[in-house]
Amino acid sequence: MIEVKDLTKRFGNKVAVDHLSFSVQPGRVTGFLGPNGAGKSTTMRLILGLDHPTSGSASIFGKPYASLANPLLTVGALLEAKSVHGGRTARNHLLFLAQTQGLPKSRVDEMLDVVGLRDVAGKRTRSYSLGMSQRLGVAAALLGDPQVLLLDEPVNGLDPEGVLWIRNLMKHLAGQGKTVLVSSHLMNEMAVTADHLIVIGRGRLLANAPTAEVVARGSGQSVRVRTPDADRLTALITDAGGSVVPGGNGGLGSDPDDKTPVLTVTGVPAARIGQIAASAAIVLHELTPQLATLEDAFLELTSDSLEFGHRIADVPAPATDGSVR
Amino acid sequence: MSVTRATAEVAPAAARPGRPAGFGHLLLSEWTKIRSVRSTTWTLFAFVIVTIGFAALITWVTAANWTGPHAAERDARAIADPTSIIFGVAVYLGQLTLSVLGVLVIAAEYSSGVIRASLLAVPKRLPMLLAKVFVFAILVGILAEIVAFGSFFVGSAILHTRVSVSLSDPGILRATIGAGLYLTVFGLFAMGIGTLIRHTAGAISTAVGVAFVLPILSGLLPDTSFWNHLVGYLPEQAGSLVYLVHETSSQIVLSAWQGFGVLCLWTALLLVIGGYLLRRRDA
Repeated sequence: MIEVKDLTKRFGNKVAVDHLSFSVQPGRVTGFLGPNGAGKSTTMRLILGLDHPTSGSASIFGKPYASLANPLLTVGALLEAKSVHGGRTARNHLLFLAQTQGLPKSRVDEMLDVVGLRDVAGKRTRSYSLGMSQRLGVAAALLGDPQVLLLDEPVNGLDPEGVLWIRNLMKHLAGQGKTVLVSSHLMNEMAVTADHLIVIGRGRLLANAPTAEVVARGSGQSVRVRTPDADRLTALITDAGGSVVPGGNGGLGSDPDDKTPVLTVTGVPAARIGQIAASAAIVLHELTPQLATLEDAFLELTSDSLEFGHRIADVPAPATDGSVR
Repeated sequence: MSVTRATAEVAPAAARPGRPAGFGHLLLSEWTKIRSVRSTTWTLFAFVIVTIGFAALITWVTAANWTGPHAAERDARAIADPTSIIFGVAVYLGQLTLSVLGVLVIAAEYSSGVIRASLLAVPKRLPMLLAKVFVFAILVGILAEIVAFGSFFVGSAILHTRVSVSLSDPGILRATIGAGLYLTVFGLFAMGIGTLIRHTAGAISTAVGVAFVLPILSGLLPDTSFWNHLVGYLPEQAGSLVYLVHETSSQIVLSAWQGFGVLCLWTALLLVIGGYLLRRRDA
């Protein structure tokens, strides 16, 4: 179990993590979500004792990481930043880590088998593909059979097979009762992987709730309706307690040549809209329930806290006065 | 590398939390680290070749051109202190290769990023640095003594036709053992610089500056007691006394072992500051 209390990290004037508090429970995959630069990696590095907090604390099973005896037997971490020497073989990388924890050499070969790197274990890691490096990182994280796992953007840059592998692995480990915290800026990845979400933006906590709840808290459900009789239907739906906005997102399956007006309805379910239209003999060309996605919920949550989004307009033009500095 | 592996059982590890792995495990781990990168082999190979090679070359040049033009002064020095001919240039250049290894042992962890894995495994940090120092000192210490004696035997054999020198002569055994000790400790000195600077190129440049540039600059300083004392306590100048039998320069203000002690203090100082910063800094 991971406990973060009022954690703050400043780099000079910049606040990377801002009074963050949350706890991560065992037995489920907890997604750690936020836009780029939100402070996810820094928070993980603070939990792991690689960075020192400006104030506040982080603990694992009630202890700071640095005071764990044989920490790799309690916590496994896969960091986003590279943490292997390219001139060393995978086997030697795992071996020196195993030796620090007093683990037997046989454990290294066991892990190489688990991640499927046995055949290339004698190769220097600089020749590894991204997927192979990631597997080595997973092997290092699982080396001590830890109860707690922290994975920083584990699927970044992986091919679909690799993504599936990591996803299944995380679910499998959470199923064994382990505590799994996985960071990502990919909302859809988290939607299918995480049971619980911790969302941060600009170092601050934005949400800490089950994934389904975060989705539901988003923009809610709407229905996309296409009808030649828009005015009459709008009036009837409004009478039924719904609200109607003309226009809508071009969804899949809609005919681009169809110039029939589009309405976006909220507050009335699709079935009820169908009944209203049928009883008034209104022709419908389309009736599509629009599910709020985690992406919508995420964008709504983080719209104020994008680290880089608002900067685009601020990029100064290069000086053109020809002066030489 | 099939997907079916994804849910392969991860067998429990043999050891359990609570019983911390001992310092012996850390020594084993650092030994694995240092032996598993090619830069160790390269730098140690270069060290052996350069040191013994220059001991042979300089003694051969000296013996072959005995009482040649302008050589009277050098010949007198060879007779007074044969070790200065055998070890002078050899150790001076040999220390460069060990400086590179000393820096790489720590700075390459930062440049490659493996420092993160290392510190996750040993979050108290200082035991890792201490294990590094021990492993480097033992590995390089043994090799440097072998190279020092090898250089002496090769050099004295070549010099034999002009000057007879043996390990039983006064001060010679001390100078030979001293050459190995000096080389080892200077490698650790470079490791201290690497711990402080953390960048390979910057740390190597600094070590080279201390070993090569400071001695040249110190030769330009006025020959007064103040400057001689200042220069005499510099790491390279003080430390190098231990592999010379009797240097007769007014810049010498220490005995051989005192000088070696001063180099050891410099090295300890750098490693202590480096260790303090290693604990304090974000990795």
